[in-house]
Amino acid sequence: MSDLAIRVQNVSKRFRLGTGASYGRFSETLQDWAVGLFRRPWAWWRGQTGETAKPTRDVWALRDVSFDVAQGEVVGIVGRNGAGKSTLLKVLSRVIHPTRGRVELVGRVGSLLEVGTGFHPELTGRENVFLSGAILGMSRREIRRKFDEIAAFAQIEPFLDTPVKRYSNGMVVRLGFAVAAHLEPEILLVDEVLSVGDVAFQKKCIGKMDEVRRQGRTVLIVSHNLPSIVNLCGRAMLLDAGKIVFEGSPADVVRQYLATVRSAAGEITWPDLDRAPGDPGVKLCSVRILQDDGRQPTGDVDIAKDVLIEITYRNLVEGTPLYAGIWLKDQLGTFVLSSHNARSQNLTPDPWYGRPYPRGVFRTVCRIPGNFLNEGRYHVTPLLGRVPQPALVLEESTIAFDVHDTGAMREEYTGSWAGPVIRPRLAWCTEPLGEGAEARPAKE
Amino acid sequence: MRSQAEPTIHPADRPTSIGASRSAARTVIDAAQPWRFVDFGELWRSRDLLWMLTARDLKVRYRQAVVGAAWAVLQPVLTMVIFGVLFGLLGRKPAAGDAPYLVTAYCGLLPWHLLATSLSQATASLVNDRHVITRVYFPRMLLPMASVVAALVDFGIAAVVLAGLMAWFGIAPTLALVTLPGFVLLAVLVALGAGLWLSALNALYRDIGYTVPFLLQVGFFVSPVVYETAALVPERWRLVYSLNPMVGAIEGFRWALLGGPAPPMAMLGVSMAVAAAFLLGGMAFFRRVEHVIADRI
Repeated sequence: MSDLAIRVQNVSKRFRLGTGASYGRFSETLQDWAVGLFRRPWAWWRGQTGETAKPTRDVWALRDVSFDVAQGEVVGIVGRNGAGKSTLLKVLSRVIHPTRGRVELVGRVGSLLEVGTGFHPELTGRENVFLSGAILGMSRREIRRKFDEIAAFAQIEPFLDTPVKRYSNGMVVRLGFAVAAHLEPEILLVDEVLSVGDVAFQKKCIGKMDEVRRQGRTVLIVSHNLPSIVNLCGRAMLLDAGKIVFEGSPADVVRQYLATVRSAAGEITWPDLDRAPGDPGVKLCSVRILQDDGRQPTGDVDIAKDVLIEITYRNLVEGTPLYAGIWLKDQLGTFVLSSHNARSQNLTPDPWYGRPYPRGVFRTVCRIPGNFLNEGRYHVTPLLGRVPQPALVLEESTIAFDVHDTGAMREEYTGSWAGPVIRPRLAWCTEPLGEGAEARPAKE
Repeated sequence: MRSQAEPTIHPADRPTSIGASRSAARTVIDAAQPWRFVDFGELWRSRDLLWMLTARDLKVRYRQAVVGAAWAVLQPVLTMVIFGVLFGLLGRKPAAGDAPYLVTAYCGLLPWHLLATSLSQATASLVNDRHVITRVYFPRMLLPMASVVAALVDFGIAAVVLAGLMAWFGIAPTLALVTLPGFVLLAVLVALGAGLWLSALNALYRDIGYTVPFLLQVGFFVSPVVYETAALVPERWRLVYSLNPMVGAIEGFRWALLGGPAPPMAMLGVSMAVAAAFLLGGMAFFRRVEHVIADRI
C-alpha cells in the first residue's frame, strides 16, 4: 500500500466545437488544408490536421487536474453532468489523449466505461465472451480458464450458443458485466456501471466491486450513485467545470456536492438549445419548483402544501412518443422515489403519455402531495425518454428544494424529526375493545 | 461496508513517487509527446485480439450469407469467366504467356481480390467500431489489420480453386514457386498500407468511404489483373506503370505460379519501394490520427 498506482499531473483536455469538429467534409478540409499548407507548411503535422483559422469554440472539459492514487485505494469521483468526470476516466483509460499534462499508471489497467463493450449482435454469447474479453484486455487462455465462471455469473448457460441479438436486454447486461467482472486488472476504472440493471443485479455488481476492493486493487469510480460512493470508496473528489474543487472523505464530498446544487432559485433553465441537455430529438428547457399552483418558482416549500415539479422540454422530431419522470433524492443521496407520467404510476391518466408528440415545447408537471416529504433538502433529477426505452435525458440532481416545517405536522410533538426520509400523513385509528376483551389481534 | 479496522491512507502518508513494488507494466500518457511510431511490442502482445477481430469479421460476413464462404470463391471465378468470354468473343487475348487465358486471369484476380476485399473492409473498420473505440483502449491499428487478415483467409479459400484450375489444365509450377510467399506478402503489405491510410482518413472525413469503390474500379484496370503487362503496356512505360505497387505483386504472383520470363527486377524493385514507402507513411499517418480518433470519429 505504499506505492502510487496513478499519478495525474496538470491534465487538461480541450474539445473543439464548430467547424470540422466531428463531421468535416473532406473537400472542405482539403481546401483549407491547401491554403494552410501554403501559409504554414508542416503546421498540420504538429497537431492541427485540417483545422485552420476557421472560428471554433473551445470547450475545456478538464482544466489542470492533478491527483495521486495509491495502490489499493478506492477513489470516487463525483460531479454534475458535464463536470468532466467521464472525460477524466477516458483520458486515464487512454481512449482520448489529453491536450496538456501527463498521466502515469503502474499496473495493468482495465476500464469499464460501459457494459458489453464490443458485443456483436450476430455472434453467440460464447463468441462474444471471447471477443469482449479480448477487447477489454484478456488473453484467450485467460478467458478460456474463466469461461465457466463467467457463464455461471451471468446465468445464461442454456443460451450460450444463441446469437446475442436474440437475448433480452437483461441478459446482455448480465453477460457484459460478467465478462467485465472477471477482468483482473491492477487498476480498475469504472464509469456509471453500477446504475444498470435491476436492483438485484445492482447489488451483485456492488458486491463484486467490494470484492475487488478487498483484493487490494486500485479502483477509480465515477458514479451518480452517491450511497455506493460513500460505501465503497476510501476517498473522493468533487469535479466541477473540469476542476477538482474538493477532495476528502466520501461523506464530506457528497455533502459538498449536494450543497453546491443551488436551491434558492427553484428554477433552472437552458436558454441555449445547443447547450441544453438532451439528444438531437429532444432537449430539456427548464425545471422549476412551484407551490400553491403559483407561477413563481421557489426553492423553499411548505411541508403541508403540494409541491409541483414542472419540466419543460422541446420535441424536435415529429411523432416521437415521449415520457417524463423525476427522481427524488435526499441530502445524503438516498433514493427517495422515482416516478413517471406512465399510466400505471399516475393518479389521473396523463393523455400525452406514449402519444406521438408533434414538434414544439411541452410542459409536464408532477404534483407531490403536501404532508408527505420530511423537512430538509431534496434533489430533483428530471428524466425524459421515448416510450418504451430507458431515459435519454437524465440530469442528475440538477435542482433542489428545501421543505420547511411550518408546524402543520407537529402540533403535538416538538422534538426533532430528523432521520426519516419522508413524513407522510397516514391513516390511524384506535378503538376501545372493553375491559373483558382478549389481547389478540382483530380477525380479518 | 467499509470496516473501521482497515488501514486508510492519510494524505501525509501518501507516497510522493511512483515506485515499483510490483513488476507491473507502466503506462505513461504525455500530452507533450503526442506522437510515436508504431509500438510493435504492443501489437504483438495484442495478437489474441487480432485473431478475435478477424474471426468476428469472417463470422459476421458469412454467417448470414446464403452461400457462406463460397462467396470468396464465387467473386473471382465469375470475374474470370466474364473476362474469358469477353476476350474469347473479341478473339484476342491480352496475354503473352503460353498458359490458358482463364488461368492467367485468375492468377491476377486472386491478389487483386485480396486488395479489394481488404480495402473495402478496412476503410470502414474504424468507423464501424467507433462505439468500441470511444469506450476502451486497444491498439487501433488492429482493426484495419484484422480486415486484411480476414481477406487473406478468403484469398486462401480462393487459392484452392486456382490449384484445381492448374491441375485441370495440366500446368506444373516451376522452381519460381518458392518466391510465391514473397509476392503474397507484397500484396498484403500494399493492402495494409492502403488500408491504414484509408481507414484513418475515413475516420476523419466520411466521404472517403464513397470514393473507395471508384478507386478500386480504376485500380482494377491500371493493374495487370485481366491482362499481362508484357502484352499491353509499352516497354518504355513499364517502370512508370510499376509505380502502382500491385503491378509488381500481381506480375510476380503470376510468374511464381505459371513460370515463363521473369518480370524485370527494376519493375519489382520500384513496386516494392513504393509499397514500403506507402506502408511506412500509412503507419505514421495512422499513429498521428490515432490520438484524435476518439474525439473526431
